[in-house]
Amino acid sequence: MTLSRDQVRHVAMLARLGLETGEEEYYAEQLSGILAHIERMAELDTEAIPPTAQVVSVSNPLREDEPHHGLDQEQALANAPATADGYFVVKAIQEPEP
Amino acid sequence: MSPVELLDQQLADIEAADPRVHAYLRLTPQLARAQALASDRRYGEGEERGPLDGIPMALKDVLSLHGVETTAGSKILTGYRPPYDATAVGRLKDFGAVILGMTNCDEFAMGSSTENSSFFPTRNPWDLERVPGGSSGGSAAAVAAGEAVYALGTDTGGSIRQPAALCGVVGMKPTYGRVSRYGLIAFASSLDQIGPFTRSVADAAEVLQAISGRDDRDATSSDRPVDMLSGLEAGVRGLRVGIPREYTGVEGMEAGVRAVFEAAAAALERAGAELVEVSLPHTDYGLASYYIVAPAECSSNLARFDGIKYGLSDPTAETLLETYLRTRRQGFGAEVRRRVMLGTYALSTGYYDAYYLKAQKVRTLIAQDFATAFENCDAIISPTSPVVAFPLGAKTGDPLAMYLNDVLTLGANLAGLPGISVPCGRSAPPAGHEAKGLPVGLQVLAPQWREDMALRVARGYEEASGVVAEVARVG
Repeated sequence: MTLSRDQVRHVAMLARLGLETGEEEYYAEQLSGILAHIERMAELDTEAIPPTAQVVSVSNPLREDEPHHGLDQEQALANAPATADGYFVVKAIQEPEP
Repeated sequence: MSPVELLDQQLADIEAADPRVHAYLRLTPQLARAQALASDRRYGEGEERGPLDGIPMALKDVLSLHGVETTAGSKILTGYRPPYDATAVGRLKDFGAVILGMTNCDEFAMGSSTENSSFFPTRNPWDLERVPGGSSGGSAAAVAAGEAVYALGTDTGGSIRQPAALCGVVGMKPTYGRVSRYGLIAFASSLDQIGPFTRSVADAAEVLQAISGRDDRDATSSDRPVDMLSGLEAGVRGLRVGIPREYTGVEGMEAGVRAVFEAAAAALERAGAELVEVSLPHTDYGLASYYIVAPAECSSNLARFDGIKYGLSDPTAETLLETYLRTRRQGFGAEVRRRVMLGTYALSTGYYDAYYLKAQKVRTLIAQDFATAFENCDAIISPTSPVVAFPLGAKTGDPLAMYLNDVLTLGANLAGLPGISVPCGRSAPPAGHEAKGLPVGLQVLAPQWREDMALRVARGYEEASGVVAEVARVG
């Protein structure tokens, strides 16, 4: 499997990575090399094999539904780059016209 | 020696060695002094809290320390001060730990050499031109250079055991679920575990005992009883110790490493262990499965670094999308980008079945391999790393060559098994080395929840061989 520059650009945008111009080629080559190794999984017949998402057989642990103290607002906001009136500040959601 | 005297000596040792080793990203001498003074008082009043009270230690920079900058080795978390302690950190504080500082690591624990740190590479204390391994390279180097008595690291594919091997110290990854991950800055949540670096197996058992156990803040943590200590000295006589034929023949294994490993196996046999050959037939597919599962999980976990809640934020952005793109462009290094893209690709429409689902099925086969092997043996041994410490820069241009460092360790993460690396001798690297060679690690794996067995075999080896972790004199 070879990744094209367009695919790299697409994936980078999905992941909100903001690649620099020209980086697509660099990553296309490297990721294609890694995927070439990964392709060897196709040699295995896994039709009847169940997938493993986690390896420890803990399931649905429950606790009493009681209120308890968490971070207060000041602590939760202390690391934020910008806050106002007890909120995180974000930029406008609308994207500029292309 | 009092805790304050011990701290003063420790800080002097750091001052002498760290300008060359670069194990620490930042020191916390004021916190350490306050903790040492409190420990002094407890000893004075006969109220000390066990063997860890007053002992100076270091934390990998992915473990949240309340109020102290914790960055995961990444620019994107510059200035982030966690508003709480990781559970493992809190437990060590309760046992009287004296915290020296945060150690360097590959960015978000992604790497095998600590060269992916956003800040600077850490050097191997045994040869300053070589890597300490990674991703917990700072913790390993700190313990190896006498810059801490012990340290915590994290292991997602070998990130405790491999640097322990390359630096000549003991490093242990417990069973998945043994130690709470609360407050650990996540890389791959189904694989990550916290564990100790020490200079003896007994010390590793002591630290692991302190940090293990159920925590309501990590739903995957187990309430199984924790006993790392009582079976430690039981010896290896009568135990069946498996050697996987696929591991000793793995691609890229250095002849010197193989020879040191064979001598270590022979030492176990002389001590009364029965060596048996076992098979892990899907070993060749482990790396492929791991490099889908881990990047997929990281691509999701690292979505939280968005320039809004903490850390770096680009102030010039005019829209939310620009905030994301510019912050993440400036904040993430090349390896993190590679893995986030690989994971995003593997999870994306049209590729999920071929990559992510397939990798999870191969993960099942690998876990089954271990379960079958453990029907015929009590523990499995191998070299921890196929190679000794390599020169700085030797593998940074070839991601796949770097990933191959983990080929003997990542199976334990995929299967959730406990594993320990203990020093087992030295080997000269292939290019020749005038010194007495570089450290080689013996890896001991055990079935899930059988840390006691991994520790017992490791301790049995230590006892039988007389090989102990030495302190590298760098200062």
